[in-house]
Amino acid sequence: MAYNYNKFLRMEKMPTLWCWGCGDGVILKAVIRAIEKMGWTQDEVCVVSGIGCSGRFSSYVDFNTVHTTHGRTLAYATGIKLANPDKHVICVAGDGDALAIGGNHTIHACRRNININFVLINNFIYGLTNSQTSPTTPQGMWTVTQKAGNIDPTFDACELAIASGASFVARETMIEPKKLEKTLVKGFEHNGFSFFDIMSNCHINLGRKNKMLGATENLDWIDTITMPKIKYDKLETKEQLNLFPTGVLKQDTKAREYCDMYQEIKDAHQGKRAKITQDDFSKKI
Amino acid sequence: MSKREIISTGNELNAIAAIDAGCEFFGGYPLTPSSEIMHVLSDLLPKAGGACIQMEDEIAGICCVIGAAMSGKRAMTATSGPGMSLKAENLGLAQMAEVPLVCINVMRGGPSTGLPTRVSQGDILQAKNPSHGDYKSITLCAGNLEECYTEVIRAFNLADRFMQPIIVLTDETLGHMHGKAVVPQIDEVKKGIVPRKVFTGDPKDYFPYGCEQDEPATLNPMFTGYRYHFTGLHHDKNGFPTEEIETCRKLIERLDHKVEAHRPEFELNEEFMLDDLGQNDVLIIAYGSVSLSAKEAIRDLRKQGIKAGLFRPITLWPSPADKIKHYTDKIKNVLCVELNIRQYTEEIERVSGRQDLQGLYKVNGRPIAPIEIINKVKEVF
Repeated sequence: MAYNYNKFLRMEKMPTLWCWGCGDGVILKAVIRAIEKMGWTQDEVCVVSGIGCSGRFSSYVDFNTVHTTHGRTLAYATGIKLANPDKHVICVAGDGDALAIGGNHTIHACRRNININFVLINNFIYGLTNSQTSPTTPQGMWTVTQKAGNIDPTFDACELAIASGASFVARETMIEPKKLEKTLVKGFEHNGFSFFDIMSNCHINLGRKNKMLGATENLDWIDTITMPKIKYDKLETKEQLNLFPTGVLKQDTKAREYCDMYQEIKDAHQGKRAKITQDDFSKKI
Repeated sequence: MSKREIISTGNELNAIAAIDAGCEFFGGYPLTPSSEIMHVLSDLLPKAGGACIQMEDEIAGICCVIGAAMSGKRAMTATSGPGMSLKAENLGLAQMAEVPLVCINVMRGGPSTGLPTRVSQGDILQAKNPSHGDYKSITLCAGNLEECYTEVIRAFNLADRFMQPIIVLTDETLGHMHGKAVVPQIDEVKKGIVPRKVFTGDPKDYFPYGCEQDEPATLNPMFTGYRYHFTGLHHDKNGFPTEEIETCRKLIERLDHKVEAHRPEFELNEEFMLDDLGQNDVLIIAYGSVSLSAKEAIRDLRKQGIKAGLFRPITLWPSPADKIKHYTDKIKNVLCVELNIRQYTEEIERVSGRQDLQGLYKVNGRPIAPIEIINKVKEVF
């Protein structure tokens, strides 16, 4: 029997505003299946989204939902999580949200390793607002703000997350929804900041202008630029140049989670433990 | 009513008041001259079971506070002018989504980086409407150390009553002034706390934004079985985005009416030595730390035979239009004293309908001394 999503959807908001063939719906469904696998109830989950096509995500799902300003999802989510450490917070953001206007918040949420699940829907373009360059737009592609071709170097979101200290970093595509769901569950189970770079299509505002006329052509292109990490690692550096590895790229189960550490701050101030010193951390510098 | 004495600074009194008002969350970014508020709360909040977090920037500071407030906690941030400019967009979201919080602005010299360690009242107009769009916000302005405590308490209650961010203005002089504040006993403060209204019926009958045209939204805390949607977009009674013409009109008009219809609930002024003033005596209008010098000047002027009095708005926005009109109609000689160039004077001109007000304005980062006010009164009247 087909999976019934209705319980988790605000059915009166259907159909979505997303274009025919958009990957956002596939990702939304995978997130819902992963939440159900976790056994989380609708009341104990908060979904926070930003601005752009992905910003509409939060209004379609029946949880506690917040549609914030452009780029600030993680800052809002940090407040919600730190004030309610026992609840589950999922952030949904686009590539413009997470890597351009909100880049600073992405770096610092990763660094704090706060237990937020960050779903980055990466479609390589500003889709909602008609094809402006995004930090992940490949060099040489056409955008409405760089009609002679994009010269801005392309951003690898996962490398940023790893370097910034996120303890769980994964990349998947919407081409393989079951694999995406499994990776989401792994990240949701992880106690720490979980970063998912999920590559998706925008055939309307990226594809059509870049020789990918439909959703399938756009997805074929995503298929050609991604490869499971296990295969990718066996390649020569030269062969890795135009490929993004997929799967779980980093998982550090020993990294301390921020809300857990903040509880120790509370304990120290309430006289339940000694003050925190450098001896409490294995990494000193 | 019994009182207690606290010897401290304005900034520390802000922090102590937040704890006494039941604040459970503070997020912010260091900004001179407001930083001591976060310094103190980083100790007091975890001790009280709450949380205090230094974020990566001013924008994140206000955003995490809005997030905590959306989840149902009493929450606060503090900053100065440059931080207010950065927080503006998200203060707008809190106005639109009707999220209650307290935002303290310890004013310093501006514009831009300005005079970071010196006093100013240059953010009066900014406080009226920090972000783009139409709404009516409430701004309180502490005029002495006591009020650095009591106005923060009042701000938390007003935030929950009107479901909006309440800006509390202090300034560098008050923030760093060290002295004795006589404030209400803690039991008194606790008794006065009025938390936000919540809906307790069947979730099916719950419409967070489905309220009367002159009332704020009823936003239940998150995670309690009442699932709804927050957005900065125009929204319907359930909080969901809409462009329906009438719904949009009603929403924005309500953001004005919900405040405008309840002026007596937030209007607060001090009328100092005004009772015996006649038409030809001197009315001084000042607010914030400047009023301390104004009072000193008034006492001295009276000793010298010049009858003067002070009208001091404590709730700056919306302005106490009726009271200002009353006194400016009655008294001919009016002197406005501000640490900016005519920012509030223009509002007094608007509500009084008078163009002959005298002014003393100082914008070099130094406080106004009583003698400057005395000399000005003697010079112009």
